[in-house]
Amino acid sequence: MSGRRPVSGRESSGTGDGPTARRHTATTRTTRTRQRSATPAARRTTTRTATARTGQYAALVAYLAFLAFPFLWLISTAFKPPRELGSIHPTWIPEAPTLENFRQAFTQQPLPAAAGNSLLAAAVSALIAIVLATPMAYVLARYRNRLSRAATGWVVVSQAFPLVLVIIPLFLILKGLHLVDSRIGLIMVYVVWSLPFALWMLTGYVRAVPPELEEAAAVDGAGRLRTLLSVTAPLLAPGIVATALFAFITAWNEFFFALVLLKSPGKQTLPVVLTHFLGAEGVADLGPLAAAALLATLPSLLLFAVIQRRITGGMLAGAVKS
Amino acid sequence: MPRGDHTPTPPARFSRRGLLATAAALPAAALLPGCSVGRRGRTPGGRITLRFQSLAWQQDSLKATKHLVAEWNGLHPEVQVQYVQGAWPTVHDQLLTSFEGGEAPDIIHDAADDLADFAYGGNLADLGSLLPPRLRRDIPQRSWETAIFDGRVYGVPFLQEPRVLIANRAKLHRSGVRIPTPGHPWTWEEFREAARRLTRGTGHGVAWPLKEPVSATLNLALSTGGRMFHRRPDEKVEVRFDAADQVVPRTIHDQVNVDRSASRTTLGMGGSDTLPGFFAGRYAMVPLGFSYRQQIAQQAPKGFDWTVLPAPCGTAPDQGVSPQTLSIAEDCPHKEAAMAFIDFLLRPPNMVRLALGDWLLPTGREALRDPALRVARYDWAAGTALASSLRSAPAQSVRGYPEWKDKIATPGLQEYYSGAIDLDTVRQRLVRDGNLVLARYQR
Repeated sequence: MSGRRPVSGRESSGTGDGPTARRHTATTRTTRTRQRSATPAARRTTTRTATARTGQYAALVAYLAFLAFPFLWLISTAFKPPRELGSIHPTWIPEAPTLENFRQAFTQQPLPAAAGNSLLAAAVSALIAIVLATPMAYVLARYRNRLSRAATGWVVVSQAFPLVLVIIPLFLILKGLHLVDSRIGLIMVYVVWSLPFALWMLTGYVRAVPPELEEAAAVDGAGRLRTLLSVTAPLLAPGIVATALFAFITAWNEFFFALVLLKSPGKQTLPVVLTHFLGAEGVADLGPLAAAALLATLPSLLLFAVIQRRITGGMLAGAVKS
Repeated sequence: MPRGDHTPTPPARFSRRGLLATAAALPAAALLPGCSVGRRGRTPGGRITLRFQSLAWQQDSLKATKHLVAEWNGLHPEVQVQYVQGAWPTVHDQLLTSFEGGEAPDIIHDAADDLADFAYGGNLADLGSLLPPRLRRDIPQRSWETAIFDGRVYGVPFLQEPRVLIANRAKLHRSGVRIPTPGHPWTWEEFREAARRLTRGTGHGVAWPLKEPVSATLNLALSTGGRMFHRRPDEKVEVRFDAADQVVPRTIHDQVNVDRSASRTTLGMGGSDTLPGFFAGRYAMVPLGFSYRQQIAQQAPKGFDWTVLPAPCGTAPDQGVSPQTLSIAEDCPHKEAAMAFIDFLLRPPNMVRLALGDWLLPTGREALRDPALRVARYDWAAGTALASSLRSAPAQSVRGYPEWKDKIATPGLQEYYSGAIDLDTVRQRLVRDGNLVLARYQR
């Protein structure tokens, strides 16, 4: 800013005689000319900015509509009677909305029990994953050496393993531990499955917390544990919530492990029970399926809605690297 | 070990080597208990518990199946059956892992064309010596053949689904075409002509939903003598695509690309996807499975008049089917009890209940005679009349068929039907590439 001269103020409003005054007058004239000539450019810039902003909003609205479309369609389908489902001119708002699909979904399959199983598996596995991942992430983030880099690399690689590659060895191990058809076995699998990602996410959040804060606390006389609990943990809280939420959603939506590992009807989770509305060759009992799928989507949405601010905070914290 | 110096002993620590050894031993220790074989399915009181994985999914069939299980459990306190819900889209993967882990259900509901790999893999019990004479007699040999591999019976076929033409009755009558009956179905040429006459303006005579074109093509080709899979004297199977195999594919191709009597857009659709267009009068006929009547009955607009016609035929009215089956896992320790339950489930009145619930045809002769399956309502009678023409699908017992279907035949037929490749090209792919695939399974 120091190299630039102001175009308004005392200099530009000078009215004296003599060379200085003339110079001032000339400068003022030039400046005014510049101002006059700059105005359309500025206007063009403003117009361009407004257009760009409108475009951005339009793109955002289009993207939101794109994201919302399946969900809105799911809601619409869940309330439609069979005859409207078979219409070639489908409507967004059902002409004769009905709760029959929900009634049928509940009488046909044990949805509340399945939702309970999903909730238990998702909540417990998310909790355990966070309890395990937080100290591990702290160590990986703060003590950077060859081993921690190798561990981080392994975490990244482990994300690339396809499910089918691990399912049979996993099944055999759990069978050996008598944990097939057991909720504990499923929770263990979910913890193991979500741990690398949770670790990866949390490592970013820990790195975003400046080490200087911990050093300052140490200088003030706080011990390591006190520093961790009173200084680092509160700053990590949004990240922990965000990571826990992702672990929860991963387990809540998980299908293949639950399908393979749980045999007893009373232990099956919601995604597995949803497939029971499907027949051979892609035929589906569409109304009850939509009703059940809508109910299965609600907990995730509610959870996101309730802790959205914390997630946003957590994501921002993770995005800033020190 | 005596120490020569007086250095103080360091506090006890885990050696690095010890830690590594422990870490290596843990997974092995976890695996060890898996090597032991425990008897399953019998409680200390001597009561047997069998797990029955059912794929019933429609409201009525689900109700009927659960009711029958409860009825069995009431009558047989010493052999209790636990109902386990399975699902059609995932049954193969789920069974595969269950067999690998030795945790398969005792009684398994599946489709006959899914049994080959499990049967050859030794996962399913040979039911030959277990079958009660009543059941053996009641189900015709042509149905048994769908579940026989290497001369052994690996499943009891109990429900089957013919492919039919579901037609808009008003359009059919207006066009003046001959109405085919099970006793006098259309030939493929007549069908092509009828589709042409039913094509008016933007409406098409027929809509082929061929998202999965292979089984439809193969099963219908049986009516013209097409088999495509031929067993040589040395017992090896080879693919051929002779004139008899080509009639059905060529008819479909020409309807779409030459006559324009078949809708091009429905080629990539599943059966259910074509129904809205059918109800709106865009297509006069849709070749579908017999059970689609349930969806049509539920979803068709009020007053929409539809009818079931037999599939066209060539030299014979035959068509291939892959019935639903009940099998017993090889690992099941109580095979006789499991078979007793299957026998109970498939008694003629029970088979009728299951068939009505799924809108399918039973395989049993007694059940097929039941008046409930011979009514005019929803054209049950028209379908029942087709039961005698159903044969084992040609590819049923061929190892490598799933890979041939997915990698070679599905894309090949899809491209041919859409007009992207010609008959020679599709023949080359089905035969040359197909035989390379099959050869890997027959070494």
